[in-house]
Order: sequence, then structure tokens, then C-alpha cells
Amino acid sequence: MSGLRSLLGNGQRKLWQFHGGVHLPDEKTLSNRGPVVDAPQPPQLVLPLQQHIGAPARCRVAVGDQVLKGQLIAEPQGYISAPIHASRSGTVVAIEPRPIPHPSGLSAPCVVIETDGEDRWGELPAPLAASTAEIDACEVAEVRERIRASGIVGMGGASFPSSVKLNPGQDQPIDTLVINGAECEPYITCDDLLMRECAADILDGVRIMLHLIKAKQALIGVEDNKPEAATALRRAIDATELGARVEVVVVPTLYPSGGEKQLIRILTGREVPSHGIPAQIGVVCQNVGTAAAVADAVLRGQPLIERLVTVTGRGVVEPRNYRVPIGTPAESLIAASGGYSGDLAKLVAGGPMMGFRLETDAVPITKATNCLLALTPAESPDPGAPLPCIRCGRCAEVCPANLLPQQLYWHARAKELDKVQDYNLFDCIECGCCAHVCPSHIPLVQYYRFAKTESWAREQEKRAADHARERHAAREARLERQERERKAKLRKKKEAVAAGGGAPKGDKSGKDDTAGKTDKADKADKQAAIEAARRRAAEKKSTVEQTQQTARPVTQRVPEHAPGNASGSASDHAADNPTGNTPVQNRAAAAPVDEPDGALLERRETAAAGQE
Amino acid sequence: MLAPTLVASPHAHAPVSIERTMRLVMLALLPATLLGLWQFGWPAIVLFAVTLGAALLFEALALLLAGKPLKPSLLDGSALLTGWLLALTLPPWAPWWIGVVGAFVAIIVGKQVFGGLGQNLFNPAMVARVVLLVSFPLEMTQWVGPQPLFFAQTPGLGDALTISLDGLSAPWDAMSGASILGQVDLALQQGSDLGAAMPTLFPPLGALFGGIPGSLGETSALLLLLGGLFLLRKGVIDWVIPVAVLLGVAVPASLLHLLDPTRFAGPLLHLLAGATLLTAFFIATDPVTSPVSRLGQAVFGAGIGLLIYLIRTFGAYPEGAAFAILLMNAATPMVDHYLKPRIFGRDRRGQALPVAGDAAGERKR
Repeated sequence: MSGLRSLLGNGQRKLWQFHGGVHLPDEKTLSNRGPVVDAPQPPQLVLPLQQHIGAPARCRVAVGDQVLKGQLIAEPQGYISAPIHASRSGTVVAIEPRPIPHPSGLSAPCVVIETDGEDRWGELPAPLAASTAEIDACEVAEVRERIRASGIVGMGGASFPSSVKLNPGQDQPIDTLVINGAECEPYITCDDLLMRECAADILDGVRIMLHLIKAKQALIGVEDNKPEAATALRRAIDATELGARVEVVVVPTLYPSGGEKQLIRILTGREVPSHGIPAQIGVVCQNVGTAAAVADAVLRGQPLIERLVTVTGRGVVEPRNYRVPIGTPAESLIAASGGYSGDLAKLVAGGPMMGFRLETDAVPITKATNCLLALTPAESPDPGAPLPCIRCGRCAEVCPANLLPQQLYWHARAKELDKVQDYNLFDCIECGCCAHVCPSHIPLVQYYRFAKTESWAREQEKRAADHARERHAAREARLERQERERKAKLRKKKEAVAAGGGAPKGDKSGKDDTAGKTDKADKADKQAAIEAARRRAAEKKSTVEQTQQTARPVTQRVPEHAPGNASGSASDHAADNPTGNTPVQNRAAAAPVDEPDGALLERRETAAAGQE
Repeated sequence: MLAPTLVASPHAHAPVSIERTMRLVMLALLPATLLGLWQFGWPAIVLFAVTLGAALLFEALALLLAGKPLKPSLLDGSALLTGWLLALTLPPWAPWWIGVVGAFVAIIVGKQVFGGLGQNLFNPAMVARVVLLVSFPLEMTQWVGPQPLFFAQTPGLGDALTISLDGLSAPWDAMSGASILGQVDLALQQGSDLGAAMPTLFPPLGALFGGIPGSLGETSALLLLLGGLFLLRKGVIDWVIPVAVLLGVAVPASLLHLLDPTRFAGPLLHLLAGATLLTAFFIATDPVTSPVSRLGQAVFGAGIGLLIYLIRTFGAYPEGAAFAILLMNAATPMVDHYLKPRIFGRDRRGQALPVAGDAAGERKR
């Protein structure tokens, strides 16, 4: 019956394609033949404070503290962050930098817990609902907060905090939840096994997430090399009321169909805009592992402290999948798999296409670690020195983003960062298809990462330079203003001296006016100032007339020291019109200082606009 | 410090290499080449060997001058393939120095002065062929009919060396003549009715199996076609360029033939005779000098096909494949510039797609 319906479902649903992609030997049978095994309890757990995208968590325990399983040991800092929980009970023995699984091979702050072997649970928050049947009664915000407090991040490898992704906002209505069970990387089978063994949990999680984002349907994408997983999921759907809203869609095996944008394209035909997010086209995408973790958190109150990890490759004796407490050292999993089988080319965290090489196996399993891949020289042969590009264009044929990898390579190699951006380098998802098929064995992805890093660095430099320039401009402006104020003061003083003893008071108030801050404050003072100005002008006039012939230099000096024609003409004007028009004069008097300031401000603004 | 290739993902690599590509192309050329060598006998074998040897020699010389390591470049087979392709387009009984001069032009002028493998704008073998054709029109247009090995009247090794060293002289020059396309041209100039003349001039089966005068490697259409299909099957070449070239020749040929069969030969002649198939599968598909995008490749291939037809039909030369290739090689950078693929999540002009929900999805289809 279920088979019939799924057949119908398949027949009805149209699948779309993305450009390119490569068919890879999937190597899944190495590790997916047996059931998931509980990893042996290691004597020590190493929990990095940053296992997610965003700000690192802030440590809440101290060395010597007793911690219980599931207890919060580090809290999130900021919105895009996630808490860390103790995955086993024990004692905190160190909080220090330890090697973490990261491409850089660097160390990062970790909480080290010595396990006590008792495996005691701490106090867990109460389940929000006994089953998914009651989930619609739960407050959305409350469920989301639970997911956040449980430290759930995307478990497909990106480890972006799930609660953030499940909060697309009011203005972005979501109609489809895409559940990623494609697992397109060769070798990795942890999602496969999870779907086979915990299909019901995944569906619970799907149901909860549907409630959160108010989507009407969920599509679970599974590659057709995992028929058991698809069957298990369909059976689980049949056991629930979800048949109308949740559908398992089997998609052709083609790397990288498990990429978020690619899977959304395959299942819905929609393309996530460049530099956009799926929510903008009405889709939220979550990994099957994330769905199961959400179910654990909401229905059982359990935080994310375990995950499935595939230990595989021909470099280990017994490849298989483990249920692993987060923080377990990789070496203990390798040991549980019978150790290395002798010939090891490299140990990789993740898959062969996008994983990164581990310099040591003394690194912990984190929330994002889905696979430990021990490759033999035969599986990962040394490609040798790269040869010149022969422009064969295979890279462009397989690029799932439909970029021109060849052109990107040339410009990245020449460090032409503007050109690489012209060819849309930042649309590259670093899936590795281009490098995989390159007959010249050019490490293309490496070039793109380099160019991206350089571009970011340059962007940062530019921002710093802009900031410095702004600061410099502001300083110049300030100095100029101060200089002008000083000169204005000097001029006033000079004028006061020239005007004689009676003026200073009026002069001072006049200057207050010219500072341009207040007008209506002191009318009397202003009137006095005007009177003083008139008097001064009249006096000047008479002086000039008197000394027309004898004291020429003086008259010459007056315009010299006058700050500008405006004030001169204003006072002249005032003298010429005894009746006076106060506002006009006020404005005129205010002008000399105010106007340049305004002009300066304007200049600063245009300068800033120019920088943008 | 580790070598970069050890650090970067991906950690697995498809079993492909330049060497493998070149090897497969040569393998695909082998049947047609062997047939050609057998048909044209010792003079052809001498010319073929001299051309290939000279190509390798000039490659080594250029690498030495440039201070580059010899081994990787000589072993990748690119120089050998260039020499091979050049040899296939030469008149089979041409003197030895034609091969040497050709190899020099192909390797040094056509390839190494640009910076070596992958840097050249023009197909090296075609540059050489055009230079030879323009410089030595006599030697380059003396075609012989097939003189298979091991027959009494065919030249032996000693005769072959004479032919190769001294050029065609009695009694061998009696065997030379124009190629099929040349004969067709001639017939037209003499004002004969093509429709009537064709059956004697052009036996399609002969062209298919290689019983006609022509270049060393282009006489058997069938073997060239098989070689091309082999490359397609192996994924060494893509179907776009060959199909575009063949359509570019066949479509105008058919149209004009329908209009006036007395003046214009039919598509079969143009497809099977001359260098059409060799061009379509082995020369136009040279990755270095062809566009990257599918659409660009279609334009490139169709352009070559059309030019071949135009030069053959309206130009001064009876065969125009080399000119057509060079002209479209010159257009390749422009084609690449204008025909870029639409990037995922962006529209044709490179702008990010709008975020208007379903509308965006609908619009794209």
C-alpha cells in the first residue's frame, strides 16, 4: 500500500535539475551495512565553545565543577550563537585552547570534562508537548526558544543556529519546508542510517518545524542510492497523519544535489537568489539530523549532546556509524573501528569533496562533524604538480552554480580581485566539482578560497581606510572651524578696539548671535548690538571721511581685517537705513560664521557620499 | 609547508589528465591514420614520421629556450598530437621539409610564442597548414590517388625517400592531381553541369572508405567518424561543436543544392570529402582555442561549418577548413565574452534574482 502511494507520489512530483554536477563513486556500502553503534565512552570530552556559525558561547562553568549530562556549560552570546551542553556527566578539568576540527588546524577554547562513567542526567526542561499531536497548541516563540536553548544547529555540516533559520520573519511567508536527506557526498552514511533507524523522530521534528514556520508542506529529499532510507521514511509517514503534508521525494544521485540551493531547486524548481537565503523564495531547508534533534528537544527536553558520525574509508579497519557524544575525541572512534589499516594518505573531517584534512586525530567530534574519513593513497592519490589549464571547459560543464571556473582561476591566479568579482566568485559554493574533473589537476577551489579571502581582506582594508579618511576629514573640519572661530573672535576684538570703549559688551552679545545658536534669547542685547554696530559704522564712516586724505592706510586696513564683504555690507546697509529691519540684519550678522559652517558641513557630506 | 594540493578539498579526483585526453584523441585518430599510411605508402610514412619527430624536437627546443622542465610537457602528448594533426592535413607525398617547416610553425609560432600549452589563441596545426598553403602552394596542392602498400606499382622505401627528398618527379608526378574538391571546382570553372559530373567525380562510397585523392588522414570519412564517436563516448569531446560544424556545412549546402543542383554540390560531398569530419571531431574540438560555454561552442561550430562551405563554394580555395578554424579561433574571445552562462540565482544579465516568492520560480521556466 505504502509502496503504491509512494509510486503515485513519485509519478506526480516533477523534479527539476540544476546545472552540472558530477557522478561520483558513492562508496556508501563501506559503512552502511551495519546498524548504528554507541560510541565507547571516552575518559575525556573536549567541548569547543564555538561549534556553530556566529558568536562563540560564553563558558558558564569553572575548573573543578561537577557537571551532569545535558547541563548547560556555555551560553549563547547574541542572537546568532548557540549554547553548549555537557554530553556526559563528570568534572570540568580544564578550560583551555585545544586543537579543534577546523581547516586551519588551530586551537580554540574548549571545556574539558573528565567523565565519571555514571552517565547521570541533569535536570532537563519539561517536554513542551507529549507528542506532535499537541504541538499546534504550543506557542511558536516558546518552541523556538526551546530549540535555541537546546543548542541545535544545522547538522548537515554548516552548523548555523537552527532557531534563527526557523524564524524567517513575518514578511517572508514560507510555504515549503525542505528536509535534506540527500547526503550527496560519497562515503558518508550517517544521515542514511538516521533515516533508516530514526524515521519517526525525523518526522516528529518535521511536524514541529512545520508548525514553527507555518509551511503547508514538507518535502524530504533523498538520493536514489538510499532506497532503504526512503522506504523507512515513507513507512513512518504512513504511521502518522502527515501523509497529506509530508512527502518523501527520491532524487537522482548527483553530487552536489545535497547542497541547500541545489536541493531546493530540484524539489521546488525555485532558485535561491544570489546572496539571498531560501526564506526569500518561501522555503526553509533543514537537515534530517536537525529534525531529529528538534524532536528530542521539544518532545523530550533533551539538548543536542549526541550525533551520528560515520567513520569510514579504507584507511580504517571496520568502517561504521556511531552515536557519539559531542566532544568525543576522533581518535577514540578510530580506535573503536579497529584503528588504521596501515596505509593512510590522510584523515578528513567530512566527505572527500568538501571535507578538510585533519592534521591530528586528537580533535573532538563537534556538532558539525558528520564523518571521519580515513583515505588510503589509492583512494586519494597525490594528483602531482598541476599542469597548465588547457581550457577544456570541463569545470564549467560541471559547475552547479554555472560559473566559469576557468576564468575565475585565471583572474584569481593573477590576483585580479575586481575581475573575479565580475565573474561572481562569491556565488561559488566550493563544492569541488571543478577541481575534481580538471585534467590538469589544478587545485581550483584553493584558488577560489584564496581570492575570496583576499577580497574580504581588501574589503576590510578599504573600510578601515574609509573610516580613517572620514576621521581625517572630520579633524580637518574641526581645525578649520576652530581657526575660523579664532579669527572671528580676533576680528570682533579688533572691531571692538576700533569702535572704542562702549562697544565690547554689545560686541560680545553680537558674537553670541553670530555663533548662531539662539536668537530670541535676549532681544535687548541684540538691539544693543545693532545700535553698537550702527554706531560703529557711522563712526567708521565719519572717520573715513575725516581721514580720507591724511590717514589712507587705516581705511585700507579696514577691509583687510573685515572677515568678508557680507558683514561689511551689512553694517553699511544698517548705517544707510536708520529705520532698520532687524531680522534681515540679524541674519546678515549671523551669516559670516554660520554660512561657512553650513558649507563645510555640506562639503563633509558630499565627501562622505563620494566615499560610499 | 605542505603542497597546496594536499590541503585543499576535494580529496578525490576523477581519473582524468591531459595525458589521458591526448592519448585518447590519438587513439581515435589511429584507424584513419593507419589507413592513410597504408593507402599512400612509404612517402606518406616518411612524411608522417618526420612531421611528428620535428614537432617533438621543436617543442623540446622551445622548452629549453624558455627554461621550462622538458619532461611534463613532452610527455603530455600535446606536441605529438599537434604534429599528428598537421601531418594528417598534408598532401601525403609532400617533401619532408614541408613537414619540418610545418612543425616549426605549429609548435614555435602557433603555440610556444604564446606561452605554451593552453595559451595559444589559434590552433597550432591549422596555423601551420595555412602558412604552408600560402607559402608553398605547389607542394601543398599535389594530391595523389591511393597507392596502397605492397602493390607492385607503388613506390618502395627507396622511391619514397627520393620523393620525400626531391619532391615529385617522373614517373610519380603523373599520379598526382587535384583533390575531389579541387576537381569539383575545376569542373565548375569549365562550366560543366555538376549534376551530371558528380557521379564520376565523387563516389560517396569511395569517400566513406578512403578511395579518393586527398590529405593523408582525411580520405576515409567512416574511420574519422568512428574515431569521433569514440571520443564522444569517452567524454573527451562534447557533441556541441561537431554537430554544429556538420550542420553549419550541411544546412547551407542542402539549401543551395536544392536551389540549383547544377551549380552547387550536395551536402554529402561537403560532409564526406575534404577535411570536414576531421575538422568537426578533431580540430574544432581543440579545447584551448574553442569557447567555453555550450552556446558559445554552438556559435563557434556553426561559424566554422558555414565558413568552410562559403570558402569552398565561393572562395578561391577548393578547401577552407583551416581558414574557417583560424577565423573562428579569432572570434573565440569575443564569443566567450558575450555568451556567458546564466549563473545560478542570477538572471541573464548577472543581477541577483528577485525575491518575490513563486513569481521568481515561474518566470524562470
